[in-house]
Amino acid sequence: MKYLNIFIAFFRSGILGYGGGPSSIPLVYDEVVKRYKWMDDEDFSDVLALGNTLPGPIATKMAGYIGYRVGGIVGMLVALIATILPTAVLLILFLTVLQAYKDIAWVNGISKAVVPVVGVMMGVLTWDFIKKSKGYFGWLMTTVLVIVSLIVLQVLSIHPGILIAGLLAAALLKKSKQADENLNKKVKTS
Amino acid sequence: MIYWQIFLAFFIPGILGYGGGPASIPLVENEVVDRYQWMNHQEFSEMIALANALPGPIATKMAGYVGYMEGGIFGSAVGLFATVAPSLILMIALLSLILKHKDSPKVKRMSNYVRPAIAVLMGILTYDFFFDSFHDIGGWQTFGIALISLLLLEKWKVHPVYVISGAIVYGAFFLS
Repeated sequence: MKYLNIFIAFFRSGILGYGGGPSSIPLVYDEVVKRYKWMDDEDFSDVLALGNTLPGPIATKMAGYIGYRVGGIVGMLVALIATILPTAVLLILFLTVLQAYKDIAWVNGISKAVVPVVGVMMGVLTWDFIKKSKGYFGWLMTTVLVIVSLIVLQVLSIHPGILIAGLLAAALLKKSKQADENLNKKVKTS
Repeated sequence: MIYWQIFLAFFIPGILGYGGGPASIPLVENEVVDRYQWMNHQEFSEMIALANALPGPIATKMAGYVGYMEGGIFGSAVGLFATVAPSLILMIALLSLILKHKDSPKVKRMSNYVRPAIAVLMGILTYDFFFDSFHDIGGWQTFGIALISLLLLEKWKVHPVYVISGAIVYGAFFLS
């Protein structure tokens, strides 16, 4: 019964969430906190904050961790399968069918028409990340970081992993500013 | 060999993608299109389009599909494992340690510092999509489809499923 509930909770939040993992978080919250009461509000936001400090997809980190807490290793696997499998299988089915018929003119037309739409979606996501960076660094520093990243990636052709590792090292090694500490205290006390 | 490549192709985006699955799209593209050349830009954008039209996390949909194309069911499992396991294991193993430091400014800085670089990667991918489309169906078609989908998605907040479905119908009739 417990495993069935875990499956239902994560199947529902996976199959109803559009726009990737981050947009399914409110649905996970509904299931985990409101419906099944496996965690309280504070616990959930702790786990979410924790997940956000680590890299990788957020939906599977949440599912895996919550599944593990509720039902051990089996619970973790059940939650992961419920999150991942249904939509991955659907995508494989759709795309293999599309590949099989891609010599037909109208199937080919479909492929061409979706490229600009995906371009727009990617552009919107880019703008989103730029705005968030601006909120943290301000315009000047964001522009500098964007230009430096562009040069590193496009002109010097350095693997993005090396750039990201460098930025992570900078985040960890830089001395904490007083402003950061104050902000931190405020967050803690509120 | 192929399984090892699939593992690497998804392990690297998995441990570098700060900001959830969507942030790992350009990193996956870097491995799958640029390095291993398992697909070209158009095939990659088809995959993203359909993946966006379907619900659920995006990173695992990509890993499941690309893994399946290159290595069958087992390849799919390898891609999924490489995407999910590293950060999940970190999360479960380091839980108490990270919880202790989750308010530390250094830890909070990490995802903020990486964000501009992810933005640039996404921007480059956006450029690639438009560049390819420009060469394939020309400037007017590309601009028209892009403008209409931008208005639908951002101004009128139409659900992505309908926008992608609309593009599919348009493409089947007018771009074949």
